[in-house]
Amino acid sequence: MDVLGNYKSVISARSTDKDITKKSQDGGIITTLFAYALEEGIIDGAIVAGPGDEPWKPEPVVATTKAELLAAAGTRYTISPNLNLIKEATRSYGLDRVGIVGTPCQMQAVRKAQLYPIGMRDVDDKIALALGIFCMENLSYQALEAIVEDHCNQKMESVKKMDIGKGKFTVYTERGAVSQMPLKLLSKYVQPGCNVCLDYVANLADISSGSVGSPDGWSTVFVRSMKGNAVWDGAIAADLFETKPMDQVKPGLDLVTKLATEKITKNQKNVDARKTFGLKADGTAKGLRNPYETP
Amino acid sequence: MAEKITIGELHLSGCTGCLVTLADNYEGLFKLLDDYADLVYALTLVDVRHVPEMDVCLVEGSCCLNDKTSVEELKEARAKSKVLVAYGGCAAYGNITRFSRGGQWNQPGHEAYVPISEVVDVDLYIPSCPPCPQQVRNVAVMAYLLLRGNDEQKNLATAYLTPLMQLAQRGNEACGCDLLYDVINQGLCMGCGTCAGTCPVRAITMEYGKPNVNRDLCIKCGACYAQCPRSWFNFDVMNNYEGIMDAINGAMQ
Repeated sequence: MDVLGNYKSVISARSTDKDITKKSQDGGIITTLFAYALEEGIIDGAIVAGPGDEPWKPEPVVATTKAELLAAAGTRYTISPNLNLIKEATRSYGLDRVGIVGTPCQMQAVRKAQLYPIGMRDVDDKIALALGIFCMENLSYQALEAIVEDHCNQKMESVKKMDIGKGKFTVYTERGAVSQMPLKLLSKYVQPGCNVCLDYVANLADISSGSVGSPDGWSTVFVRSMKGNAVWDGAIAADLFETKPMDQVKPGLDLVTKLATEKITKNQKNVDARKTFGLKADGTAKGLRNPYETP
Repeated sequence: MAEKITIGELHLSGCTGCLVTLADNYEGLFKLLDDYADLVYALTLVDVRHVPEMDVCLVEGSCCLNDKTSVEELKEARAKSKVLVAYGGCAAYGNITRFSRGGQWNQPGHEAYVPISEVVDVDLYIPSCPPCPQQVRNVAVMAYLLLRGNDEQKNLATAYLTPLMQLAQRGNEACGCDLLYDVINQGLCMGCGTCAGTCPVRAITMEYGKPNVNRDLCIKCGACYAQCPRSWFNFDVMNNYEGIMDAINGAMQ
């Protein structure tokens, strides 16, 4: 499989909705698509990373209005266990058509829950729109605090936006200050479970979106499944996005491919290294578990 | 249409919730029985008194070692089935019967309950309490393709069923602790929240992005670990999720 996964088309795009682009991390793709899908009845609600009880700590919520979607706009570089709500969305929330956004691993979890529903009764055919975001790695909340408060010397509650790009972790404050940490310091803070991840651009989403490859304020969008294709075509017909062909934007698909290849190559090495992590009494290797081979 | 396969359900120390789950496929169950499988044994639904020959035997419930008939019927089902399935948390992992310890009238000596793999070899697990209608449907369709399909269908069915067969090889102890031992302790948890979402008794909460297991609430059904995308993730099947879901839905039309 290609490092970018199966896809029908790839486009550089941004939302035409100014309410959304004011708050969005990049081109406002996810927020706009969910708002459109809600309006059209494609979904009854979407599981998104809403505001939590501490600054920049996301809390999975079922959003059923555009205002709730807007409250979830923007990237939080820490874990939001969105799958926690996937069954509940079809229970007390009473949704028949569930939208969910997530990182590549969360899109994998969605597909596993659909193909192998172990404790996920009546979930498989209620997943109406799974939107994926590109993800290189994620951080625990405590790691994020260390980066923002120690390395960047900013208070969590004063931060307006965080961004990873061009080799830096950048923090923008409400009052206009900009602080940065070189990304080479990031590795010790990365969630260990991210080191075995073999997916960068959410290969299993219906539509996936991320910043890499497109100019600031724009997103790179992969339209992947039949479902994704129908929703994307509808949103384009409704003039919800400005688009540019991917081969006409800088830095373009080559950079996406390069970063995806780097991530997968590095992490495949980590997966392989687990096989010979330890030592048996007879001198041969003792390994750690590999989820891609057997439970 | 190829000849149907034969399916039976052996009811041991279970609650019939697994059989209800099969029935909760609604018209899907009729489709299964019309086109793919004959239900040749199930005391709740079929007037066949003794364990017959079966292609697939779904075993519901754990096995009481102090009840001779249970042990004999389980062994007979093993001898007469091509594929023996531990259907549900009790058969696979003991589930709530792990907590049985005897001392109740009128069989105070009925105290030892084991997952069926303590007594017989098991080919395939469908964990959880209850299991999912869609999961048992998928297994039934795939078993049909495995036994009656062309080479391409057999390959698909084999790929699909492999992790559920590997789960049966892995062992018969399940608990929320599996998330500690085999996911977090192994450096594999990435905080997706699936375990908390799947737990039937809400014994798992996500604290700062990691599962926290209330082990006194856990009933040992095996759902959390089996549903976790870091217990197994078979790319060969998952990358083709759209095609496989279409195929299963198509088979049920």
